[in-house]
Amino acid sequence: MTVQTSKLTALYDIHRALGATFMDFAGWAMPLRYDSEIAEHTAVRTTAGLFDLSHMGEIEVTGRESGRALDFALVGRPSRIASGRARYTMICDVDGGIIDDLVVYRLGDERYLVVANASNATAVARELRERARGFEADVDDASERWSLIAVQGPRAAAIAAEIAPLEVVSLPYYAITKTVLASRDVLIARTGYTGEDGFEVYCHPDDAAGVWNSLAAAGKRHDLRPAGLACRDTLRLEAGMPLYGQELDRTLTPFDAGLGRVVTFDKEGGFVGDQAILDRRDQGSERTLVGLVTGSRRTPRHGHTVVDPSSGEPVGWVTSGAPSPTLGHPIAMAYVDPSRSMAGTPLKVEVRGSDVDVQVVELPFYRRRH
Amino acid sequence: MTVPSHLQYTAQHEWVALEGDIATVGITEYAAEALGDVVYVDLPDVGASVTAGNTCGEVESTKSVSDLFAPVEGEVVEINQGLVDDSSAVNLAPYEAGWLFRVRVSGIPDLLSADEYSSLISGS
Repeated sequence: MTVQTSKLTALYDIHRALGATFMDFAGWAMPLRYDSEIAEHTAVRTTAGLFDLSHMGEIEVTGRESGRALDFALVGRPSRIASGRARYTMICDVDGGIIDDLVVYRLGDERYLVVANASNATAVARELRERARGFEADVDDASERWSLIAVQGPRAAAIAAEIAPLEVVSLPYYAITKTVLASRDVLIARTGYTGEDGFEVYCHPDDAAGVWNSLAAAGKRHDLRPAGLACRDTLRLEAGMPLYGQELDRTLTPFDAGLGRVVTFDKEGGFVGDQAILDRRDQGSERTLVGLVTGSRRTPRHGHTVVDPSSGEPVGWVTSGAPSPTLGHPIAMAYVDPSRSMAGTPLKVEVRGSDVDVQVVELPFYRRRH
Repeated sequence: MTVPSHLQYTAQHEWVALEGDIATVGITEYAAEALGDVVYVDLPDVGASVTAGNTCGEVESTKSVSDLFAPVEGEVVEINQGLVDDSSAVNLAPYEAGWLFRVRVSGIPDLLSADEYSSLISGS
């Protein structure tokens, strides 16, 4: 374990006191699990889980032309996001390759918060700065000034109701508001990465322990559990959400990942990567992201080869796989040849020396009941 | 972290309990915690011969898969059938209900004492 050399979040001592097992994630010592990751997963699906996500990157983009600068830098159209709302989007290279997937919050007329994956935060900030040249916009990598705490699960709203002002509980999905939580100034968004209802609380690192402790105390009678990154991964996988580095990377365009809907082509002045992404849309992709399920107990995992069940010929590769705690059998996402992407198609995956029978299914594997 | 003193250990985090010529094998609490919740164990077949240091199965958790190494040489005489349906005992009681398989021993390499194994895991 390399905890000593990793960056620590403002909540590190709290995690230690809770008995967390730590992992290095993009240079950060993050809680992998506190006790049982399956119990943490189940808590998020049935009651609520409390996550420290302070490793995520927060980049503030401000100024008169901040919206136009982001329209040029990203595949979406942040200038059309209403104040107080959020969008899932991506930043791509000139060749259309995905540099990162992002959530962009519009905090005001001339103020945006761009949230990037920890491993890409520095690269995203550098690209945004580069792309904002020529616009009246400032790009500030504020990752060190923000902690991020998420409460996710069907009881999240009831927990928030105990300590947050009323308007927070009625906050629509993918909206954000400035408010006071446990007498601290915070931003609360109704966003998440688990497939459940929930909130993400952005606060100053000095306030993080106070916010965490208030949520933990309010959550006690709702069976809230602290939850680590291990269950975050199985939760997002069940929900069919892509993870950068697995389903998304620089060799793939948004259309390869089945996320062409996040791309807006008719933007005045174009955007970085537009021509390459347009070409890919028109040519069609050579691969399709699908879900795989198996009746086997052996789990197809990242990097395993998907093969034709009769010829044994490779037809794709697994990007993520895990035993699904909710469904009780292994699930995986994979890129396969488009001719093999129809739900019900039987395939095999080479799992450590022997083949496992799998079947293509539609994503997501899990959808919450509203 | 529990390291029972009456057991012997390997550097691959297995424990061995020797009674006569029968060795009971499991993974240590340290290994079980590092793996996370174990959801599946692939054990050698009864009757199979295993060679010390060679792979003889897999332990799969939500996050990862690890090879299982045979700590001794011999013939597998029994496997923990209960783990096939529910492998949670590997986490809950790694030294008792979570045992993996039993071998009629024909050869034993040098194994680690509890003290030696304790210093191995505290140094890692």
